[in-house]
Amino acid sequence: MIRMEEIHKSFNGFPVLKGVSLEVKKGEILTLIGGSGHGKSVILKHIVGLIKPDRGRILIDGMDLSQLKGNQLEALRSRFGYLFQGGALFSSLTVFDNVAFPLREKTKRTEEEIRVKVLHQLEEVGLSDAGHKFPAEISGGMLKRTAFARALVTKPEIILFDEPTTGLDPVIAHTILDLIQSIHANLSFTGIIVTHELGRVFPIAHRVAMLYEGRILAAGSPEEILSSGDPIVRQFISGSGEGPIQFSER
Amino acid sequence: MASVRKLGETTLWGLQRIGRMGLFLANAILCAATPPLKISWIIKQIWFIGFQSTLVILLTGAFSGMVLGLQGFYTLNRFGSTALLGPMVALSLIKELGPVLTGLMVTGRAGSAMTAEIGIMRISEQIDAMELMGLNPFRYLVVPKLIAAMIALPLLTAIFDVVGIFGGYFVGGKLLGVGEGTYFGEMSNYVRLEDVLEGLYKSLSFGALIAWICSYKGYHAGFGAEGVSKATTQAVVLSSVLILFWDYIMTSLLF
Ligand SMILES: Nc1ncnc2c1ncn2[C@@H]1O[C@H](COP(=O)(O)OP(=O)(O)O)[C@@H](O)[C@H]1O
Ligand SMILES: [Mg+2]
Repeated sequence: MIRMEEIHKSFNGFPVLKGVSLEVKKGEILTLIGGSGHGKSVILKHIVGLIKPDRGRILIDGMDLSQLKGNQLEALRSRFGYLFQGGALFSSLTVFDNVAFPLREKTKRTEEEIRVKVLHQLEEVGLSDAGHKFPAEISGGMLKRTAFARALVTKPEIILFDEPTTGLDPVIAHTILDLIQSIHANLSFTGIIVTHELGRVFPIAHRVAMLYEGRILAAGSPEEILSSGDPIVRQFISGSGEGPIQFSER
Repeated sequence: MASVRKLGETTLWGLQRIGRMGLFLANAILCAATPPLKISWIIKQIWFIGFQSTLVILLTGAFSGMVLGLQGFYTLNRFGSTALLGPMVALSLIKELGPVLTGLMVTGRAGSAMTAEIGIMRISEQIDAMELMGLNPFRYLVVPKLIAAMIALPLLTAIFDVVGIFGGYFVGGKLLGVGEGTYFGEMSNYVRLEDVLEGLYKSLSFGALIAWICSYKGYHAGFGAEGVSKATTQAVVLSSVLILFWDYIMTSLLF
């Protein structure tokens, strides 16, 4: 369904992606792991066309992203839900209005229909009581839930999660992952979850890919990755300070 | 050789910048000219740019007028023509000081906030989120500011002028003794419609200029909080300089 072929991308002459190839099948959840600053968010943004590759192709259902015209790209994007790392909620709108925003602006539904849908969506992510609050007034976990609700309210086929659990306390992180899993059981969307906290994400991943130094170093089922013989993968999984990975955080 | 090359690079870089800013404005105008207009976003901006600036404009307008009254009185006194204090204060305010000082005050008060607001939306990925929803961020962020500033600036300028004229009367008339009939009577003899229109055109174009520069700088803010603070400073400086530059161009072209 999603296919990246040999993607290269530099920022200001500094190469971030050096030939990333990746495939995600319909209905599958892929977990993308890798150190911080290695370009995981950059990969997600390539998939929705927010960043254009210097070289390489991105195919969604066989359609080459770079060949799409304005309204074709818009139609394609409407099939995606995207959870930005910081939530990217509109700070001038309440939680309710944030979730309602894509419906109000992009559909011709009545205000009453929208209200029903939004309340239902807020309930699904456990935020029934927070609709009147502003993003600045709620906790990090609630922020991510609101962003999740906003992404879900348009019933996307593909959802990209950028670090959905980073910065949350372990219990809340766990409930977010449970939420992703239960909604996947209902909607069976195709998903990519970017994270550097792999331990928690392994249970819900169908496949795992590891990004290292601008390339996909290893990809396979969680079991394959866990039993990998590659010293870099092993070091990353064990979280050890000793091994081939140097101080590569940028 | 190296210096020639450097010069060429700088020139190209500058031209590219100007081109990008021009395209930004063209895109904003195109969006403003085609429906849908986001009326509620425009009203919010008029409230923010216009209403919230009134106190600052009242204060600066009053003091500018008072200084003009004082300086004007002593200057005109040397020529024995203090009777012309009214028109002198009014023309200075209506043609130059009103639009320019209002533009500079609004840049400092609202323009910097525009840049910061859009810049924060950029770095917190709110603009990306909007694009992914298939919505054009220009319609929600840039166009309302452009229209609101073009509505608010002439109104604020009018307030500035009126308050300034009364400030000048307070000093020149009440304190220094120019008669009320002389002050306002000579004013209506000498101030023509063209003078008022000149001020109006100036304030309209300053409104557009502030919204354009400050939105552009926010929209293209660099990475991180540092990028936003840098963009804000640049927006205020560039917008202020351009207001004075454009004021000169308009004065020399119009009259
Ligand atoms: N729009 C951009 N402009 C310049 N540099 C960028 C941009 N987006 C990302 N980068 C750089 O690319 C690298 C990878 O960033 P990112 O994908 O955010 O890392 P992460 O794996 O933590 O998500 C970083 O060095 C970052 O500074
Ligand atoms: Mg990231």
